[in-house]
Amino acid sequence: MIRYIVKRLLSLIPVLFGVSLIIFFLVRMIPGTALEMYMGTQVEATPEQMVELQRIFGEDKPVPVLYMEWLGDIIHGDFGYSLRTGRPVFPDILSRLPLSLELTLFSLVLALMIGIPLGIVSSLHQNTFGDFISRITGLLGLSLPQFWLAALMVMAFSGFRGWIPMGNYVGFIVDPLRNLKMLFFPSLAIGIGFAAVVMRYTRNSMLEVLQQDYIRTAKAKGLKHRSVIYTHALKNAILPVITVTGFNTGYLLGGAIVIEEVFALPGIGRLSLYAIYQRDYPIIQAVVMIIATIFVVVNLITDIIYALMNPRTRLDDTTR
Amino acid sequence: MEKPRILKNGIAIMGLVIILLYIIMIIVSSFWLPFDPSEMDVKHVLESPSFGTGHFFGTDEFGRDVLSRIMKGSSVSLIISISATALGAVFGIMMGIWAGFLGGRWDNFIMRIADIMFSFPSLLMAIFVMAVLGENTYNVIIAIGIIYIPQFARISRGAILSLKSNEFIRAARSNGAGNIYILFRHLLPNSMPPIIVQVSLSLSVAILLESSLSFLGLGVQPPEPSWGNMLSSARKVMMIAPWTAIYPGLAIITLVLGFNLLGDGLRDILDPRLRNVS
Repeated sequence: MIRYIVKRLLSLIPVLFGVSLIIFFLVRMIPGTALEMYMGTQVEATPEQMVELQRIFGEDKPVPVLYMEWLGDIIHGDFGYSLRTGRPVFPDILSRLPLSLELTLFSLVLALMIGIPLGIVSSLHQNTFGDFISRITGLLGLSLPQFWLAALMVMAFSGFRGWIPMGNYVGFIVDPLRNLKMLFFPSLAIGIGFAAVVMRYTRNSMLEVLQQDYIRTAKAKGLKHRSVIYTHALKNAILPVITVTGFNTGYLLGGAIVIEEVFALPGIGRLSLYAIYQRDYPIIQAVVMIIATIFVVVNLITDIIYALMNPRTRLDDTTR
Repeated sequence: MEKPRILKNGIAIMGLVIILLYIIMIIVSSFWLPFDPSEMDVKHVLESPSFGTGHFFGTDEFGRDVLSRIMKGSSVSLIISISATALGAVFGIMMGIWAGFLGGRWDNFIMRIADIMFSFPSLLMAIFVMAVLGENTYNVIIAIGIIYIPQFARISRGAILSLKSNEFIRAARSNGAGNIYILFRHLLPNSMPPIIVQVSLSLSVAILLESSLSFLGLGVQPPEPSWGNMLSSARKVMMIAPWTAIYPGLAIITLVLGFNLLGDGLRDILDPRLRNVS
């Protein structure tokens, strides 16, 4: 198992390397250099000052060298400086990251809490009218634009004082209750669509497991219906659900970007949107790199959990 | 004559009907709209929906007819969704076939690229590409298409790989059939079912991505109406004029639901084994 984990960890390196390449060169495709954007049209500089500025902005070197330098810097946690504020980018991102991660995690929990029970119920009533309705509901959940749902929530609940606390964001450690209250509706807006996905997977997976021989054996030896469903079937049916959950964390994190904007929450989503409107490329570059890294690491963890719970994948891996 | 299988699947029919209704609406809107979608009317700003005025879905903050804008926006959304899916499908399938058919080093190389592209959450990738290319309708198509390339590559590669070692391919080969013949005559037609399902689901996701981008101001730019940018401008007035936010949202949901129903139904019809693969 440790060998498997190490192998998977090593496989991260080329992927993250590729990710950094794509980000770096895409940003270089933007017309105009960072220095030009920084200067704007207002500022005049003497040729000597320009040379000095080019050195500061690192534009006096060929692109591959710049890339290697950038890569070296980000490994040390230095993502450069904001073009607008001049502040280092990384601490700004770090201070906003917890909110976005909490939002993602909260919406994940809500999605599982809604999706798994509905999926089980739906699988136990296969091919009935109720099952048909739940299938349509699931597809409907997939079709809801998160930002629209969020906007409707703001519209519907802002009339009720205290339902969606307005004003400044408070961290979880400062005031857990207020924090959760603030994030409940945003998380629900992100999570509902994903709950539909979880429901569909739970249903399909349950249906498959319920047809297995060992379930029939369990029933035949007189175990209670409840115990067959909840200990025997569910335990095995939940595995694919874990996998989809893990692989879709990126989808939830992406959703957080839009939802933060609707609810005016100061997370990295809002930071990156602001950076895009302001053409502040060091921030965009850093946010994309960090989110992609989180995404890749979460996928890796999902893979490892899956392997831990399902010994067959490990066997497959050694024979590959 | 036997009924085509698609007509026996209730879910697929529901999807098909919704999509057909939208197509009819787009055709109608190309030569007739209740009002001019871009004409401002200061006397009728933010009027609530009513039959009397002829503004069935009300008017927006510039007095423009919401229904006409939704109708105009439907063709924008559908064109973007179809073009982006086509872009992703063409390049993705080419990459996937290449990788699956040739195998070896090419396969490794192409699939590693796909892995790297998969490392970006799709909405983030779309936002990033829009930031690089600049905000306009064509770039929305490119941004969404780029996201789809690795998805189609992975699916078509998988399909080709599972077919390649089949008896009938070996039979064709022993009959003297060449690579190109086998590819176009046997491999491609037989790998269509999973690709068709993916196309249908991609069309639905593209509409959601386009509306998200336009909602954030990174997609279709006003005054050209798109469902996403209608919702974006509705945010400022939705407290006093909820209809400006509700109807464009419903338009998005129904069309996306249509494609999802169709995709789900097609999945049942084309290959029951596919149900757990995605």
